[in-house]
Amino acid sequence: MTAFVIRRLLQSIIVMLAVSLVAFLVFRYVGDPIDSMVGQDTRLADREAMRERLGLNEPFYIQFATFVGNAVQGNFGISYRLQEPVTRLIMERLPATIELAFASATIALVFGLFFGVYTALKPKSPLTSVVMTLSLAGVSLPTFLIGIGLIYIFAVELGWLPSFGRGETVMVGGWRTGLLTESGLRSLILPAITLSLFQLTLIMRLVRAEMLEVLRADYIRFAKARGLSNRAINFGHALKNTLVPVITITGLQLGSVIAFAIVTETVFQWPGVGSLFIQSVQVVDVPVMAAYLMFIAFVFVVINLIVDILYYMVDPRLRVGTGKR
Amino acid sequence: MAAGDGEPIVLSKPPSRLYRAWDSDIFYSYRRSPVTIIASIVVVIIVGAALLAPWIAPYDPFNPASLNLMDGFTPPFSESRMGNFYLLGTDNQGRDVFSTILYGSRISLFVGFSATLFAMALGISLGLVAGYQGGTADAVIMRIADVQLSFPAILIALLIFGIARGIIPPSQQESMAVYVLIVAIGLANWAQFARTVRGATMVERQKDYVSAARIMGVHPVLILARHVLPNVMGPVMVIATIGLALAIIEEATLSFLGVGVPPTQPSLGTLIRIGQQYLFSGEWWILFFPALTLVLLALSVNLLGDWLRDALNPRLR
Repeated sequence: MTAFVIRRLLQSIIVMLAVSLVAFLVFRYVGDPIDSMVGQDTRLADREAMRERLGLNEPFYIQFATFVGNAVQGNFGISYRLQEPVTRLIMERLPATIELAFASATIALVFGLFFGVYTALKPKSPLTSVVMTLSLAGVSLPTFLIGIGLIYIFAVELGWLPSFGRGETVMVGGWRTGLLTESGLRSLILPAITLSLFQLTLIMRLVRAEMLEVLRADYIRFAKARGLSNRAINFGHALKNTLVPVITITGLQLGSVIAFAIVTETVFQWPGVGSLFIQSVQVVDVPVMAAYLMFIAFVFVVINLIVDILYYMVDPRLRVGTGKR
Repeated sequence: MAAGDGEPIVLSKPPSRLYRAWDSDIFYSYRRSPVTIIASIVVVIIVGAALLAPWIAPYDPFNPASLNLMDGFTPPFSESRMGNFYLLGTDNQGRDVFSTILYGSRISLFVGFSATLFAMALGISLGLVAGYQGGTADAVIMRIADVQLSFPAILIALLIFGIARGIIPPSQQESMAVYVLIVAIGLANWAQFARTVRGATMVERQKDYVSAARIMGVHPVLILARHVLPNVMGPVMVIATIGLALAIIEEATLSFLGVGVPPTQPSLGTLIRIGQQYLFSGEWWILFFPALTLVLLALSVNLLGDWLRDALNPRLR
């Protein structure tokens, strides 16, 4: 177990180093950092002095080491566009994105499980065919169009929900949350639904496929022969066995939810990390781009690591596999 | 085939190539699937209209001389203040929505096709090398593919786009935007191809015909291109079709986010971005028709991909 965890940790560190190399190359060689920091009337001598002071004349590997060292301490420099430390910018906007991501992951999980189980148990019901057709459309429709559609129906035509922003927020111990005010919750509904739809269809199809598979297994037939109630069979035996892959996929998808949030945040003008990134790409605000890249990679690596370790603990076959090697 | 008899026995005239294609399994499943037939008709209509845009578009939306600001915001199926007729209405600048959609789908399709071809070329070559060579090349290529596949393609495309923007001088950014977009989307999507081709190549290289070619001293590149490649093309075509739908949606998303093609050369995504600004004031048609075109196109291409996957996979029948 320890050897497995250590090996996975090492792999994660290598991936993070590779990503930081990309981020560093972007940071260092896309445009001249000095040009981005000083005005046009700075003398050449001053530029040289600044170059020297910032360590931009050092050899490549020393610069890279400094970059990684700073990144580990959470220092990504100063945004060209907003003239503020990048880490602070991201930290300020992170709560908005995390709240959105978790709200949509919850929606996706709850409804995905429900519809997945329902469509597997009642394949001939009319609701099943409606849900399956809608899920096909949900996969083909681009996220931003779903968002616009929801805005048009619920904000423009019906006027029930706000179409942009986070509503009122309150500070709870350094965390700016919109979950405690009515307008904040109302603002969360549409973006969360928009972001959740893709994952929802994914989870639903996965649960359905797994359930159909499991329901054919011998132990289910045996459970029926023992005269267990349908509920005990469907939920106690069948559903429980479908949950491992579902949890894995949901966990892995959490990273893409955060990344997909870019689109949703833009449509709903949600003040999160994703919209910060889009604005940075538009004006080539390199430090923010590099930091966002590192941040997303970090989220992915951590989630992957956790999922792998959980898998290792849940599935005994993996342990046998590593023992042989 | 009786080869030793000298003369082959001809039973009847062999059926023509066209007839054999029509009679093949793939076309049989095509004829049997009304959804696929409708989807392919939709694709043909949209692609055809996009190709013929300069000839069938009633107005030239990019010629400022033919634009009339007084005609702005004309609703669909109605005459404008200036007495011109616009089938699908006009946008804020008085551009005919129908014509902008024709030209817009042209750009969307061009970017989508080119990006998919680029991803295909890159993914197939790397996949062939990884699957045939094995060892270090395989490990390196597939590791990169794994890492890339765990990120959403749109994020990769955005990053590449951002980097390209920093490298290309501002004066050329407008003219280069389409090509940057193609490279960005292509680089974001190659890993799927590489993974599939690698798997299929590893199966093929075990087979006798590959060993035979190798023993005869055929150059590995030739073996891969002439012998292995044709045998792995089936699954590649399926991914390419679904990848085309993805590329079109990715292009639309990037353009919608404002980091795609410039507004002077609007694609469907750019048109939707423009239309969104007027949704609140009730000018729904500026957004609705480009969005409808995009959805129909993406959905139809997706359905074609689904059908191709089922038709080429005998196990599913």
